[in-house]
Amino acid sequence: MDSNLDTKAINTWCPGCGNFGLLAALKKAVNTLISQGVKKENILLVSGVGCHAKIIDYININTFYGLHGRSIASAVGAKIANPDLKVIVCTGDGASLNEGLSHLVHAAKMNIDITVLMHDNRVFALTTGQFTATTPKGFKGKSTPFGSPEENINPLELMMASNAMHISRSYTGKIDHLSKMIVEAVNHKGFSFVEVLQPCIAWYNNSQIYNNNVYEIPDQDLDNKEIAEKKIREWNYISESKISLGTFYKKEGQDFNESIVDIEPKNDINQEIQKILSEKI
Amino acid sequence: MKNTTKNNEEYNILVGGAAGEGSRMAGLTIAKLLSNYGWRVFIAEDYQSLIKGGHNFSQIRVTKKRNASPKKTIDFLIALNDHTLKKHAPDLDKDGIVIFNSDVSQYEYGFGLSGKEILEQFKCAPIMKNSAFLGALVKVLGMDFSIIEDVFRKEMPKDYNGNVAIARYGYDKAETLLKIEKIKQSPLPLITGNEALALGAAKAGLGAYFAYPMTPATNILHFLAKYTKEFDVKVIQSENEVAAINQAMGSAASGIRTMTGTSGGGLALMAEGISCCAQAEIPMVVVNSQRTGPATGIPTYGGQSDLEFAKGIGHGDFVRFIVAPGNAEESFLLGNLAMNMAWKYQTPAIILTDKDLSEGTFDFDPKVLTKGTKNKELLWDGKGEYCRYLNSKTGISPLAYYGQNTVVRVTSYEHDQCGITAEDSEPDIKMMQDKRLKKFFSLEKEVANINSVNVYGNKKSKVAILAWGAVTGVAKEAAEILNIKLIQPMILQPFPKKKILQALAGTKKLIAVEMGAKGQLADLFVENGIKVDSRILKYTGRQFSIEELLAELKKKNKK
Repeated sequence: MDSNLDTKAINTWCPGCGNFGLLAALKKAVNTLISQGVKKENILLVSGVGCHAKIIDYININTFYGLHGRSIASAVGAKIANPDLKVIVCTGDGASLNEGLSHLVHAAKMNIDITVLMHDNRVFALTTGQFTATTPKGFKGKSTPFGSPEENINPLELMMASNAMHISRSYTGKIDHLSKMIVEAVNHKGFSFVEVLQPCIAWYNNSQIYNNNVYEIPDQDLDNKEIAEKKIREWNYISESKISLGTFYKKEGQDFNESIVDIEPKNDINQEIQKILSEKI
Repeated sequence: MKNTTKNNEEYNILVGGAAGEGSRMAGLTIAKLLSNYGWRVFIAEDYQSLIKGGHNFSQIRVTKKRNASPKKTIDFLIALNDHTLKKHAPDLDKDGIVIFNSDVSQYEYGFGLSGKEILEQFKCAPIMKNSAFLGALVKVLGMDFSIIEDVFRKEMPKDYNGNVAIARYGYDKAETLLKIEKIKQSPLPLITGNEALALGAAKAGLGAYFAYPMTPATNILHFLAKYTKEFDVKVIQSENEVAAINQAMGSAASGIRTMTGTSGGGLALMAEGISCCAQAEIPMVVVNSQRTGPATGIPTYGGQSDLEFAKGIGHGDFVRFIVAPGNAEESFLLGNLAMNMAWKYQTPAIILTDKDLSEGTFDFDPKVLTKGTKNKELLWDGKGEYCRYLNSKTGISPLAYYGQNTVVRVTSYEHDQCGITAEDSEPDIKMMQDKRLKKFFSLEKEVANINSVNVYGNKKSKVAILAWGAVTGVAKEAAEILNIKLIQPMILQPFPKKKILQALAGTKKLIAVEMGAKGQLADLFVENGIKVDSRILKYTGRQFSIEELLAELKKKNKK
């Protein structure tokens, strides 16, 4: 199988969109995974709806282009059905912190071995610029011309609270770092979450702030929850303080597929049905 | 004592108590006692949406020939508490007998057992006192005590000795009032509609079940979870119904035959997912067990008012394959068919069942098992470039799953043949819409020729009842008694018009009998140009009893 990951689809992202960096990093990560021995046919990219989700059309691997906000649920189903798959989800802040929040929280809680890349552009972009759960209060969009009324949440804190076992952050302006974070997350056994800071040049362009403030942190005390929480709270997504990139938390644990009843397809269904029916007489 | 011996063709037994008192288990055990005596049994369950207290009861219809029809008049009432006695005594036959708890109740005709005395004497768990009531019933019916031993050995292996001793206590307290016939007929397994449906799906290769608990579909989840190893089926409790259908989609696209199940409110949450299955051509089976709606309605009671919703569920142009079984065997067969058809046509199939069918207990003839199959879906031959949505004459494209040596692109967006988004290509958009329509046309053609309509009773009668789902049982008995016809469609979409017209031949008067305020099956017939002359509708959540239905039919026939 060739490792050319391009497709014939015409790219429709805005010129200069942060998603280009993410696509480049994802392709690089996929190639790295393949070079590490992962079979290309065992890689599955799942997405939903939004600017981020268009990535599906631009990479030539197995894809599931599902419903808005529901990509994580479909990824969970795929991973349960075929535990050999390396399942990567590209989702957005609007998709998985607004529309489909429950799936994110529960996938983390399940510790199912999938990797969620959250393209955090901190705005609903494809619907032309409304506030999401990560948009700071006061954002003036078309639905909130006088400023959005809600404080934003910190998705990494939410992931800590949901028992996510691998939590990291990267930036679309740092393709090599992002690619490394993706590979690490995919190789982590269990649920992994990568927040990807992604400027939306049309509706909420943070490029300058990110370029000025991001810095990479070393892998230290990764299994210490308290330290992780401190690192995660360093930046509140509002002030122009330092923004750390890297892995905040990493802990090994039994993943969901190992936790459910082990089923080996070996039974003759007719015999089993007869047996159950005979108990019902 | 009253003369109870006159009626030996059939018996109707009601056992009731507060939730948590074990009336359901007692009902099932009574059914097994009689089933093992060669009688055919049917249990209708009635319970409230609470865990302890309230009023639960099981009605056991005991007949020589199979008859899944609830009856109001009670021959034997087993009242575990006084409320049961007060509520149901008015329905006792004039020769009816009550077995009651003498601590709380008194009744002239019957036998009182002191729950307190049993607990003191046997130092047992409170629920075990029910065995005394069963023992008393066995004595009243003149059955051999050994039947208790035979059935208890299987039903309660843990506390077998204790329960048999308690049953003996009850047996000794009662008197034999009749000698129930021991019929030379092998007992049949007793299973619920939901269990039968799950078996049908299992036989069609079910590999994963995703669901959020919702009455009356919940015990599909419980049953499959219990037999997860035997059936090689992964059973997952999802965080909500939206998750369940979307997880199921991911699972089906990964090559596992997958099903989800819910009731009306949950089905509403699955609507977008069902639409996605149609667009992305993901095979899927969705079970919807109807209860009394709208909204939360009466959660633990029956209804047949989700048909209109199901037949149009999901936005966009597509055909939903909808089946509606009428008893446990049909639940097996249609559960099996739905899954095979969903995989054949790569489209969602909906099984519309209802509370009384889902949770009612039927005797199940294992002979139908051989009619269940696992048909192979159309698979990619592994040659050349794979395109998930390859256009074809039938509209069906070969399936490949993730993990095969190719790239599989499954998508909810309109797409080209290979699954790349095709917003900008009118020819692709049209081709894909047409391709799916071709599939539905093929599906309609196939449905037109399969067994989709049952006709019972007097097939030449000018008067016919139209019924579906759990109402079929009582409608069948009514049709037989009145010597009229019963027409029961089992496939509702695509509408099997040819078969229905054949079934209708000679009918001058069609009377719909449904559990719903509008009569949605009748509406479906009218929509399809078939006149429905009158409707007998019940919408209190409770099933029709045979007495009630006969009275209503007689009224309609006079008009």
